[in-house]
Amino acid sequence: MDPAPVPAPIERPHEDEIDIAVHCSDVMKAYGAGNTRVLALRGVDLNVRTGEMLMLVGPSGCGKTTLISVIAGILDQDAGECLVFGEDFRRMRTRDKTHWRGRNIGFVFQSFNLLPTLTAVENVAVPLLIQHQPRAMAMARASALLERVGLKERLRSLPSQLSGGQQQRVAIARALVHGPRLIVCDEPTSALDHETGSSVMGLLREIARGENRALVIVTHDARIFPYADRLAQMDDGRIKSISAGQGAAPPQGTHP
Amino acid sequence: MNRIAIKMLVGDRAKYIGIIVGLTFASLLITQQASIFIGLMTRTYGAVSANGLADIWIMDENVRFFDDVKPMSDMLLQRTRGVPGVAWAVPFYRNILNCRMANGKVQHVNLNGLDDGTLIGGPPEMVVGSLSDLRRADSIIVDETGAARELARPAREPGGPSVPLAVGDVIEINDHRATVVGICRTVRSFQWGPQVYTTYSRAVSFAPPQRKSMSFILVKAKPGQSVPDLCQSLRGVTGLEARTQREFEKEIYDYFYYYTGIPINFGIAVILGFIVGTAIAGQTFYNFTLDNLKHFGALKAMGASNGMLLRMILLQSAVVGFIGYGLGVGIASLFGLLIADSELAFRLPWWLLLVSALSVGVICMLSAGISILKVVRLEPAIVFKG
Ligand SMILES: Nc1ncnc2c1ncn2[C@@H]1O[C@H](COP(=O)(O)OP(=O)(O)O)[C@@H](O)[C@H]1O
Ligand SMILES: [Mg+2]
Repeated sequence: MDPAPVPAPIERPHEDEIDIAVHCSDVMKAYGAGNTRVLALRGVDLNVRTGEMLMLVGPSGCGKTTLISVIAGILDQDAGECLVFGEDFRRMRTRDKTHWRGRNIGFVFQSFNLLPTLTAVENVAVPLLIQHQPRAMAMARASALLERVGLKERLRSLPSQLSGGQQQRVAIARALVHGPRLIVCDEPTSALDHETGSSVMGLLREIARGENRALVIVTHDARIFPYADRLAQMDDGRIKSISAGQGAAPPQGTHP
Repeated sequence: MNRIAIKMLVGDRAKYIGIIVGLTFASLLITQQASIFIGLMTRTYGAVSANGLADIWIMDENVRFFDDVKPMSDMLLQRTRGVPGVAWAVPFYRNILNCRMANGKVQHVNLNGLDDGTLIGGPPEMVVGSLSDLRRADSIIVDETGAARELARPAREPGGPSVPLAVGDVIEINDHRATVVGICRTVRSFQWGPQVYTTYSRAVSFAPPQRKSMSFILVKAKPGQSVPDLCQSLRGVTGLEARTQREFEKEIYDYFYYYTGIPINFGIAVILGFIVGTAIAGQTFYNFTLDNLKHFGALKAMGASNGMLLRMILLQSAVVGFIGYGLGVGIASLFGLLIADSELAFRLPWWLLLVSALSVGVICMLSAGISILKVVRLEPAIVFKG
């Protein structure tokens, strides 16, 4: 069995939408009201293609996390359109949105967010268990993926028994286990030292980026920019520029 | 996800134990205090229950409990015996008298006067001697606890143990000589102080002269005679209150329930157990949820619906509820077993187990409820907050 998850094929209603995983146009989002109102997104236009690893970069507070939250369907924008694989979350009921998210999106968090009392393999199995997959099947898939990320020996370890880099590998396995079409990562390397961060990025490029899958990675860690296919530069709630990255060519000598 | 819910709960050892301790404490306090309360309340009418031979107790209508004696005229006994349906009717005397001890100390005793002919109404169990020994002159029977404590003789040498009153000893009850001919065991009842049994006529002679002396008339219905009907006709003939044994017990129970502070005291203890249990368990459970909020948020982001998280939290609270309830009730029962031979009142009827299960259930629901509210309102977007 091929341990790497194969994402479901994307529906292709229109030829011109063929490669578009995420389509944002004029997305606005404000927090608070009155004097404390903060405009976090001031009209974001952005397309993410399937098969690409897009990095969202920019200074702290510029709205990266807000944008990625809207894209991942865990935060509603105030205005503008955001379609993920053609779906508009605002047209879905909360329950359907939650289920859709569970099937189609994988998450990698800055602080790993593994359940501390579950073993590595159980943590990885969680997205499948949420979808009511049989436990045995979920555990088997989780084990296979942990093997893929180089943690074959640590299946039964608790997060506290793993290093930061190992925990983030577990988190990556968890983000992949259910074969999602979009993976969002918020600052996946900022809790790791440079070398570990590089190896985690290498892993993401190598096994997460698939032909029909898109990766959106938020970071302000310039050292991992070279891993991106494209870099979207954000500032003050807008996308300022989009440039091509080096796409997979890691800095010399840092990728294991 | 059930296993995951359990692992989340059990994995956090300190909180898990904290929640269980809170619930154990609540269920223990509720069960134990209520058991003591029920035990005490049962004792309030213990003397009536022990007197199992009679179907009906006749008394002044103002009598509220066993020692609330309102003497009746002896002539009523003959009238009672004449009522159709009465198999037998005997007088019973009850009074509290002073007893002078060998060392000159004065002690109150509960004097019980039994029908001279039948000795009905005697103690349930004899330890030394027999009930019929009461037919001897000046004879009395004393209960074993009273004989060993309040009525005990002074120590033979200074500082030594006092000597229990024994058969053959003589005491003075209200200046009348009384010889101990037997030692009995009584049911534990609410009446404190020594119990002394003698015949009806001797009891009357011990007491200061009174125009009326009879405390109760104990009546047995003829076989086939309806007891409530007989009560009705006895009321008519005597002009007094006639209560079945059950009714009299209920009357006493109600009196202590409504006119003493006992239920309030125990009620407070039970409510306290409930509140403290809710506070400890609820607080810890809520803290547990708060600690895991980030993880609940992550589960939400990863597709767990509110319904799924709600079921997880309910399961977690049910698990601690069952364990805490089991431990609490277990410890309470153990306590009951340990004190079974002591003077303490303790009675744990099956329905009390349901009551305390219900209380623990309510505590768990409250604890889970606030946690569920918190988790349902949780925005999954918090997962990306540093
Ligand atoms: N929940 C919130 N309530 C109020 N303001 C917020 C909230 N989340 C973010 N902000 C504000 O919105 C802006 C964008 O935040 P964020 O998207 O987290 O930026 P970044 O991830 O690029 O650092 C910041 O000014 C931040 O202070
Ligand atoms: Mg951020």
